[in-house]
Amino acid sequence: MSQSFLEMLNAARAARDPRLMLDAIPYAKFLGLDVRETDDGGLLSVLPFDDMLIGNPMLPAIHGGVTGAFLENTAIVTLLWERDTTKMPKTINITVEYLRSGRPQDSFAVGTLTRQGRRVATVRTEAWQDDRAQPIAVATAHFLLA
Amino acid sequence: MTDNPGFDLDNIRQLVRQGIPHVRALGVDVETVEVGKMTVRLDYQERLVGNPETGVLHGGVITTLLDTVSGLAVHAALQKFLPIATLDLRIDYLRPATPGETLFAFAHCYKLTRNVAFTRGVAYHDGIDDPIANTAGSFMLATAGPAMGRKRKSR
Repeated sequence: MSQSFLEMLNAARAARDPRLMLDAIPYAKFLGLDVRETDDGGLLSVLPFDDMLIGNPMLPAIHGGVTGAFLENTAIVTLLWERDTTKMPKTINITVEYLRSGRPQDSFAVGTLTRQGRRVATVRTEAWQDDRAQPIAVATAHFLLA
Repeated sequence: MTDNPGFDLDNIRQLVRQGIPHVRALGVDVETVEVGKMTVRLDYQERLVGNPETGVLHGGVITTLLDTVSGLAVHAALQKFLPIATLDLRIDYLRPATPGETLFAFAHCYKLTRNVAFTRGVAYHDGIDDPIANTAGSFMLATAGPAMGRKRKSR
């Protein structure tokens, strides 16, 4: 596959298949991330559980860095999906708040664009497992779009 | 040498090499460890790329590396494996990582209180004075659950 990132992005948008975006991101494959379009046209990110995601084998719990990476990637695909950007957004910063330990099971996340400027976008994300009302982590990230 | 008999800072090297499945999957290794301070390294790998056009590593890799090294710096400050949990972690991305280059991450646990540990750190390639990312973190100490690096007691 030698298609450019932009071609892939356009293909994903045309086919309304957000998975095609993840296919172009090697690290998303490494983590085993998945994404689906929801009924209201938004995106639901999925982190299927795998033993290699464990950060604390004693609890056991998913590595906090993985949860942070999952949220950051959720923010990126939200931006790619909801904006007509032609480039990969650059993360300026991310703040992750850890609310509950990530148990060894599938995790889900959504992102919300809270600010859409010409140069900077802000995305708020939250991740949960069984119950969306009990998030395991939330994050706010700023991205440079230019 | 540590202030805590029965705890050797080399226990942390052992933990990184074998005790943390995700850290092992990434291929993180310890560079240096001293009381309250840790440096780890991660060689460049194509499977960790975030931007396929440029080959730049995904920010999530740097997040994981900085979270890891910050947590380890807390253990290196405590000089024991108390269960800890990240409260929050902020990461500023100062410049993109260079494709092909080894990534280093350093963290210092600069304040320990009875319940909370505070850390700061950086990720860099050639020199710590030219950082790729900066981080500040806080960790709860002695959270529920058995400690890292220690076998669960069987009853």
